[in-house]
Amino acid sequence: MEPLLPVLPLLIPVATAIIALFAWRSRALQRWVGVGGAVALLAASIALLLHVRRAGITVLQAGSWPAPFGISIVADHLSAAMVLITGVMGLAVAVYSLADIDPPRERFAYYSLLHLLLAGVNGAFLTGDLFNLYVWFEVLLIASFVLLALGGTREQLDGALKYVAMNLVSSAFFLVGVGLLFGLTGTLNMADLSLRVATFEQPGLVTAIAMCFLVAFGIKSAVFPLFFWLPASYHTPPVAVSAIFAGLLTKVGVYSLIRVFTLIFVEDVGYTHTLILWIAGLTMVTGVLGAAAQHEIRRILSFHIVSQIGYMIMGLALFTPLALLGAVFYIIHHIIVKTNLFLVGGVVQRLSGSSELSLTGGMYRAHPWLAVLFLIPALSLAGIPPLSGFWAKLLLVRAGLEIESYVIVVVALLVGVLTLFSMTKIWAEAFWKPIPPDTPLPPPINRRAMALLVAPIAALAALTLTIGLWTEPFLAFAERAAAELMDPSGYVRAVLGEQAGAVASDTATPAAVTTVGAGEP
Amino acid sequence: MEPVFAIVVGALFTASTYLMLQRNVLKIVFGLVLLSNAANLLIFTMGRLTPVRPPLVPEGATVPIPPFANALPQALILTAIVISFGLLAFSLVLVYRAYQEIGTVDSDRMQEEEPHPDLRTSDPAESAAEIVGA
Repeated sequence: MEPLLPVLPLLIPVATAIIALFAWRSRALQRWVGVGGAVALLAASIALLLHVRRAGITVLQAGSWPAPFGISIVADHLSAAMVLITGVMGLAVAVYSLADIDPPRERFAYYSLLHLLLAGVNGAFLTGDLFNLYVWFEVLLIASFVLLALGGTREQLDGALKYVAMNLVSSAFFLVGVGLLFGLTGTLNMADLSLRVATFEQPGLVTAIAMCFLVAFGIKSAVFPLFFWLPASYHTPPVAVSAIFAGLLTKVGVYSLIRVFTLIFVEDVGYTHTLILWIAGLTMVTGVLGAAAQHEIRRILSFHIVSQIGYMIMGLALFTPLALLGAVFYIIHHIIVKTNLFLVGGVVQRLSGSSELSLTGGMYRAHPWLAVLFLIPALSLAGIPPLSGFWAKLLLVRAGLEIESYVIVVVALLVGVLTLFSMTKIWAEAFWKPIPPDTPLPPPINRRAMALLVAPIAALAALTLTIGLWTEPFLAFAERAAAELMDPSGYVRAVLGEQAGAVASDTATPAAVTTVGAGEP
Repeated sequence: MEPVFAIVVGALFTASTYLMLQRNVLKIVFGLVLLSNAANLLIFTMGRLTPVRPPLVPEGATVPIPPFANALPQALILTAIVISFGLLAFSLVLVYRAYQEIGTVDSDRMQEEEPHPDLRTSDPAESAAEIVGA
């Protein structure tokens, strides 16, 4: 079993999707399969994480083709953590879906699509091959396209059109980048690329190709100025779908950016990472200002995804061990918090019949426990101590101060304050103010459905509190992940074997030493 | 041979960009089709063009005689073609469904997810007349 550990997080969701498809006659069976598959996926991803912690970077060469000729499945600390968090989100959303997704959508293979999406996300996190990464991107994209449009309401179809168009453009950029890089180096294995790009004699060409990847992954991760598809589509599908999209999909883009800009494109750090730093700052500011102008819960949260992506990219841009540690920590924290906020928003919408802030109110009086469950992720998102978001922001701010990038630090802190403004806006409107007079209230949610809706929210809130109050083990883990990212020779050695690793540590270090602070915005 | 392909790829990118800048959603989809074809042709060209040299091992030898055609880019392109074909089929159905529901293919009038007071969609019959006219 052990050699198969890295592929189990891919096999389980695909198998679940197929089984759920065969169970198309029975909605009840599909629901059981959907949740059961998510439990199995979570178990497999915990096993993988424990194995990576014990044995270091774990590699599986598909079909025993030796690297760089075959496709390598690589689980390092970052990948294993991302897979685990995907498993947690998969289970939380699968349970929430039981009460949130309507029977027609369930009958049209909702659970199969959800698990195909998870398979695509995990594949993107685990693959060590650039073209294979493209394929996994397409797997998760086609699943997300259908999930977004499933149900076919006018808003959904309109949102889906924008989402599909932008993501297809992004895929084309990705494919062009892959093609050009293959033409220059003759390889697609990321570890092998890391070696060959380091010794390539025309760095200008490599930087030009890096820009293709920056645009491709930039669209996926919704950075400035490529984010506009996100607020146009994320509020249209059912809440469970929005929540899993909000938690995972943009983070696949961020993960890919981190992967290629620490492993492959580290030759001209002064140019590429300074550019990324500018993007990070502008992403934070535009996202948070966009959110301030919105008055619908899911729209506000969608703009906050954009703004928070800026923080993660900032960690990559500063490119020091501490900054990458901050970025990794931020991603983990953010996925939990953001998914949870969408889930809470969904419950508010169910209870008050609307997610327009002006039409909601009185939640604190009617459901004080829901208010607490909202406050935990909301304050964590804004970075209030001692919640997880505080530590994440603290790490990034310290990393910025360490290399004297003061401007980005000021931007990050200001955006934190504005995030708090948006969260208090939702608090004041939906929870604090009395419910507007003569608002028609929807029928109350029955006890069983309520339990299914609240259980994942409470679990994720507990996770946020755990990370906030018992930070040490999470920090230690993120630190090892960041150390692996800063020194790719370990990754290269694990994939290609000992000899190649020695070459990597000779060539890769001088570039990694170059700092980025010089051209800060 | 490569310069010709490079120019063709460039022309395809130009045409697809032009199409994607249109307001008609159907034209945007056609632009996306051209874009993926341009990317595929680019990968093909980047694999180096070696006409009439199939990568076959001649009788008596153990390896093919260089220079021989690189088979890997073609495998990549085949994968990409299959994927883009599936996505194209999905996009076309999506555009058609959106047209049925919203009643227009003019992206400026597709304001469902973000309603704008001045630009609400008129009735489907009227928009259909506009499309035929366009």
